[in-house]
Formats: sequence, structure tokens, C-alpha cells
Amino acid sequence: MSGIKIDTAKMKNKKIAIDIRQVSKADNAAIVALDAEITGANKSAYWTDILDRFAGPGRRTERYFLVATSADDELLGFIVGEIRAWEFGSPPCGWVLALNVSPGHRERGIGESLLDALCTEFRNADITTLRTMVLGNDKVNLSFFRGEGLAAGPYIELEKHLD
Amino acid sequence: MKLQKASRYALYAVLHLASAPDKQHSTAEIAEEYGISIHHLAKVMRTLVRSGLIESVRGVGGGYHFAGNVRRTTLWDVIHEFESLESDIDSPDELSGNAQIVISGLDSVNSEIDGLIRSTLDSITLKTLLRYGVENLDRA
Repeated sequence: MSGIKIDTAKMKNKKIAIDIRQVSKADNAAIVALDAEITGANKSAYWTDILDRFAGPGRRTERYFLVATSADDELLGFIVGEIRAWEFGSPPCGWVLALNVSPGHRERGIGESLLDALCTEFRNADITTLRTMVLGNDKVNLSFFRGEGLAAGPYIELEKHLD
Repeated sequence: MKLQKASRYALYAVLHLASAPDKQHSTAEIAEEYGISIHHLAKVMRTLVRSGLIESVRGVGGGYHFAGNVRRTTLWDVIHEFESLESDIDSPDELSGNAQIVISGLDSVNSEIDGLIRSTLDSITLKTLLRYGVENLDRA
């Protein structure tokens, strides 16, 4: 087994210099546009509300909204996370609530850098477990998170259609 | 779930080719490396070519090379041609009232399990699979 080694370094696109910083209200339009490019839906009101709650003056300290930008401050990606505690008996853990990287800049380490930065924030808050929830057929995000070391955990998502 | 032998051979072959993507590899070479039947592997290789995961190069020094992306190609991409995920309940076609209810309930359970299996297999890339293997061996 140890004889099989796959070197992905040659397959990666060239890494680009990025800056990771806290989001600001000035990023709102670029965030809405990037999300719309990826999901096909314009959710302006949703992101404005998230920005208020995660980056507004009264934000709770356990909420994080980080953006990755290029040297000329173009938004290349963002990540949203939160520390949640004791839902159905779960000790405090760090949730990844959203992660988006510009389709034109993928496979350049931007998602990994954003996730690393969020994990640093969680570790600084003494959090030892990272958790997220992804659609079962969302191959891109599922394989990304597995590649970053996440695996199926002890909780199972259940849902019901309400008529 | 029990994986078919062909799935295992397909994974050996694809990972072997992906580990040296600049080279051509023959069926005989792969069969010898993993101690498996060359005839069975040859059938598997033809299926993998049809699915586009590997390409064959003819002529002197010909063989196969990996045509996918190890950062994107998943376990499911490799084995789906050899597996059926539709769980089967061994029951007769004609069922009495209560038996029909039980089998219908089991169909729902199987459908849920099949969906989870498919999601899992389709989220593990070749690179992640290798990492799992190395980590397990290190722990052992």
C-alpha cells in the first residue's frame, strides 16, 4: 500500500497570493454576486442579514465570517462559521455554515486556506471538533471536506416534508 | 456492502496508473504487481477505458494511462460500472397482506441505506482513499 503514491502537486493550478481577513459590509455586493454565480440564486437579503449577524457591531464573538481576497482586493472566496453548543447533547463544536470559492480560482488552495483560518479561530476558542452539513449529491463540497480530513460523524441528519 | 472482485481490481489499476501518470502501464505489469488474474484484469481494463477513466495507447511501448483527475475522481467513479447499489430483498413476487407491508417497509429502509452508500462512495476521492489506507496501517 505504501508503494502507491499519488503526487497531486503537478496537477494543482498555480497558487496565487491571497489575503484572508474579516468580512466588512463593503464586501456585501461581491459576496452576493459570488454566491449567485455558484448557486444560480440571488439571495441579497439573506447575505445582508448574515453580514449583520456575523460582522455587525453587536456580533457574538463565536461567529466568524472570513473572506479571501486577491492582491487587488477582488473577492475570491469566503467562509462562515459558528461555535454552537449542546444541541442534542453535543459539546461545543465549530460549524462550517458556508464555504464558497470563485469557480475560476478553484484548486489553488483558497478553500483550504479559508478552512485553516477558521479552524485557527475555533482552536483559539478551545474548540476541538469541526462539523458541517453538505447535500449528499454535492460531490465538489463533499470531496473537498473529506480531503481536508472530515468524515461521517456520530449525528445523522433527518428531515420531513411538511404539507 | 460487499465489493465485487472487479471493483477491487479496477481500484488497483486506476491507482497504479494514477501514481505514475506520465508512463504507460501494461495489464500484465499491473496483474503481476498485485498478484491478480491477468484475464480478469483485462476485462476490467476494457470497462475502465469505456468509462473514460483510463486510455489505451497502442503500439510498441503501449499500454494504459490514467485519464482522470485524482483530486476529483471518486471511488464511485471507478467502481460504479461493476457494482449495483440496489439492495435486494429475497422475497417471492406474490405476498400476502401483512408480508407486503413488511417488504414495502424494508424497501424504504433499503432505499435510504443505498442513498447513504452512494453519497459516501461518491465523496471519497482517490487521494482521500489512499490517505485513509495509510492512516489505518499507521494506527495498526
